[in-house]
Amino acid sequence: MEVFAQQLINGLTLGSIYGLIAIGYTMVFGIIGMINFAHGDVFMLSAFIALITFLIVTTWLGISSIALALLIVLICAMLLTALWGWAIERIAYRPLRGSFRLAPLISAIGVSIFLSNFVQVVQGARNKPTPPMMRDVITLWTGENGYAVALSYKQIIIMLTTVVLLAGFWYLVQKTPLGRAQRACEQDRKMAALLGIDVDRTISLTFVLGAALAAVAGTMYLLYYGVVSFADGFTPGVKAFTAAVLGGIGSLPGAVLGGLLIGLVETFWSAYFSIEYKDVAAFSILAIVLIFMPSGILGRPEVEKV
Amino acid sequence: MAHPANTLAAPNAADRAATDMAAIVKDAALFALVTFGLCVPIVAFRTDLSQTSALDLVPRWGLVAILCGIVFVARLAQRLILANRDARRALTPAPAQATEAVHAEPNASQKLSAYALPAFLGVTLAFPLLAVLGTGGLGESRYWIDLGILILTYVMLGWGLNIVVGLAGLLDLGYVAFYAVGAYSYALLSTVFGLSFWVCLPLAGLFAGLWGMVLGFPVLRLRGDYLAIVTLAFGEIIRLVLINWTDFSGGAAGISSIPRATFFGIPFTADEDGFAAMVGLDFSPMHRVIFLYYLILALALITNGVTLRLRRLPIGRAWEALREDEIACRSLGINTTNTKLTAFALGAMFGGFAGSFFAVRQGFVSPESFNFLESAIILAIVVLGGMGSQIGVAIAAVAMVGGPELLRNLGFLKAVFGDHFDPSEYRLLLFGLAMVIMMIWRPRGLISERAPSIVLKERKRISGSLVKEGHG
Amino acid sequence: MAESLASPRMADPVLTVDHVTMRFGGLVAVNDLSFRVGRGDITALIGPNGAGKTTVFNCITGFYKPTEGMMTLRHRDGAEFLLEQLPGYAVNRNARVARTFQNIRLFTGMTVLENLLVAQHNPLMLASGFTIAGLLGLPAYRRAERAALERAKEWLERIHLMDRADDPAGALPYGDQRRLEIARAMCTDPVLLCLDEPAAGLNPRESLLLNDLLRAIRDDHDTSVLLIEHDMSVVMEISDHVVVLDYGTKIADGTPSEIQSDQSVIAAYLGVEDDEVEQVEAEVGV
Repeated sequence: MEVFAQQLINGLTLGSIYGLIAIGYTMVFGIIGMINFAHGDVFMLSAFIALITFLIVTTWLGISSIALALLIVLICAMLLTALWGWAIERIAYRPLRGSFRLAPLISAIGVSIFLSNFVQVVQGARNKPTPPMMRDVITLWTGENGYAVALSYKQIIIMLTTVVLLAGFWYLVQKTPLGRAQRACEQDRKMAALLGIDVDRTISLTFVLGAALAAVAGTMYLLYYGVVSFADGFTPGVKAFTAAVLGGIGSLPGAVLGGLLIGLVETFWSAYFSIEYKDVAAFSILAIVLIFMPSGILGRPEVEKV
Repeated sequence: MAHPANTLAAPNAADRAATDMAAIVKDAALFALVTFGLCVPIVAFRTDLSQTSALDLVPRWGLVAILCGIVFVARLAQRLILANRDARRALTPAPAQATEAVHAEPNASQKLSAYALPAFLGVTLAFPLLAVLGTGGLGESRYWIDLGILILTYVMLGWGLNIVVGLAGLLDLGYVAFYAVGAYSYALLSTVFGLSFWVCLPLAGLFAGLWGMVLGFPVLRLRGDYLAIVTLAFGEIIRLVLINWTDFSGGAAGISSIPRATFFGIPFTADEDGFAAMVGLDFSPMHRVIFLYYLILALALITNGVTLRLRRLPIGRAWEALREDEIACRSLGINTTNTKLTAFALGAMFGGFAGSFFAVRQGFVSPESFNFLESAIILAIVVLGGMGSQIGVAIAAVAMVGGPELLRNLGFLKAVFGDHFDPSEYRLLLFGLAMVIMMIWRPRGLISERAPSIVLKERKRISGSLVKEGHG
Repeated sequence: MAESLASPRMADPVLTVDHVTMRFGGLVAVNDLSFRVGRGDITALIGPNGAGKTTVFNCITGFYKPTEGMMTLRHRDGAEFLLEQLPGYAVNRNARVARTFQNIRLFTGMTVLENLLVAQHNPLMLASGFTIAGLLGLPAYRRAERAALERAKEWLERIHLMDRADDPAGALPYGDQRRLEIARAMCTDPVLLCLDEPAAGLNPRESLLLNDLLRAIRDDHDTSVLLIEHDMSVVMEISDHVVVLDYGTKIADGTPSEIQSDQSVIAAYLGVEDDEVEQVEAEVGV
């Protein structure tokens, strides 16, 4: 029971990170029907940006309040990663819009390879640890066997930040003109353009938003694991994509739900079965979902057009 | 001065050029500014592990300035060249230019196929000889022949994947799985059962083909990008299983001391019954390397020959039709699942052959040789070559695999950037960049035209813009 | 409605559609539809936009599985096929029903000739011993390939595209593409040919060529034709039997002349109630 509760907490924390990345995949897929293969590496890049900003803020500016430091880091990481997201779309994807259908995917794979190796070249290949911080935990209860169920401050921060930012994001895409433009482009890009929506700008903003959320995920990932390396983009990226597919690609609540499910599956699998095969479990879910329910949990089924 | 129209236009053009110039500089400055934003803080500060294993920050603003400067100059140059070209285009009459462009391309590619093909083949056949002559000795040529083997391996993989992606239009991001199946088949069969390479080679192809069927069957009704992702997932699953199932595959350490290739049973050793002694040559380890070169060349040519032949058979035409329009295929009574499955299995089989060659050449296999990057490289070779074009794939393999090797020869740059500078570090960075640039420059690949599989009267090239890229 | 025998050939129908219903979620696209296609007839399926004609086609040709109902195809030798139970490709391969599409679906990047050869995939595949004999270049396969080529040439002659055999299909003018798509469907040697708006977008001259082609198919081959068409001049001129759909329900079934005078058909096309037809006709000056 205690182990179960602990894994539940851990799984939800991990799941919120996956959910944040998954939104980037799902939004981009919804609007231009493309798998933004580089999104996982944008996430990894953002973790590096967060790491460096954190070091600057704490060691150079001497801000000792961890909460304030984290806030500054989060904002900086979101802004700078958003700029990356914008630049990537502008350089590598926009010229390919309306081109050969494989071209954007190949280009995205190129960007992915570029980003991870770019980070390797400029920051080195070794794992980069953060200074230890926020090690305090709240012990929720202790079981009869002495197993204590703990909730760490980190986990609280991660889940709170995720919920708050998701709420803000939800407002943005549901209630603002930007969100409306986005949904219009999703439905019919040509018609949206004819009705005076700046399609290019809307798509750019989609990438910017996706990257900003990936930056939140990157910051939280760094906070949670306390270490990041240039190769950390691929696997979380694929898992987040799995989450997006599981939730129903194109659906925003689906992405979050999928993220939480993947996080839970991964932690429970590691706890009860074998930690070695946790990635195999995630990839198997991806394959099984795509084969047997390609529209996911909350997605709309597709009818083949003849 | 002969054309009054030009003199009239001149001041006007100069005027426009001035305003253009300001806009161009502004645009380049904007690019530099964005570059600056992108470089902060990821380039501007390097994180170094200090003695206490905490991170130290080392500022590198000079590097940021250099990067911004490079981007500024590059953008400026690009815009100026484009502006110049536009200006020249405006002066030349449009119709003439249009006909020029239309005629230039087919001629170029027709010439390519007429002369370049035999030349290409000739160079490939004579390559070891050329390498030996060029470097001045058998031992010295090793680097070049090894490079030739590496490139040919990728040519073969590219041709194998071309059946799946280029002909049948099925996007496979996990092709390396079949390469792995082939390599491990040989590694295990030879180390455990002591089977020879020549027995294992067909078995490895068979196993890979079977795996292709097993994995292909459930996923081939998926459309497009989904198929790509599922194949990626399968590729990763196979790799992760190879890493973790230590009893079976040796785990992350892999399998070593795999028996080397023999000359149809005669080992390449210095012994009396070795190849050198039997043929009456002085022993040299290079004999085996040259033999491997011709082995992979033969395997690649078989792949090519079979593919070219299949293209002219009903199955090949059905593949291409499938790439063009799956729904129409079904309406014509083509069992699309079986047709896809044959393409998938056949592509996998050639991947398996290449894999067992890889194992016999390396003498060592480990899961890390079969990561996603390999799949991406092979796919990039197929797409950059021009989907379905055999010669395009070969050219792309040479460029993508051979190109980065050039970086090794850029040691002199150390003089410019200091001793820490290692050009080969930038191999994959440039590789990724090249993929993006190639897609923007030629989204349909180097050779985008399709050659018809059967001709009634006159062979005409089919423009790439009419050829569909498949649903996946 | 009484089952009127529009043509004597209806007594031996090539296709019998029995109580077919197709629902998409809550939407009923086809509602309890029954009709017959007489052997050797040209049968037209007409109706206003959104009446469910293409859905019926997709059910018959195996792209959709109808929610309810039965579709029986009979060959002349008595073989029967329940179309709703066959996998998509077998509707063509075994039951020998061929079709064309509203938005032409040619293999645009393949030549005209290749398009016609792909249509003969199944016999050629058999002759090539599922590729093995073909790979070895055995004479039996060579003969089969030559025969396939002859058949393709024959159709190229009939649709006047012999000179363009080596051009990519996507480079042909629209009208030629329409006829090529029909020829490609005919190369599968069908007993029933389903044409989805074959005259759409054709100019008058191309329309005439199409009419000739359809009559030739009916007269020279053992192929019955079922077509969806909006162009009433085509329907009235060449069809032997007309079925009218509105909102997924059959509202009329008979010879072209019977249909022409049917009040409910006119009402459906004008979108008004039966008793308002005369008033509307007067207003628009028909």
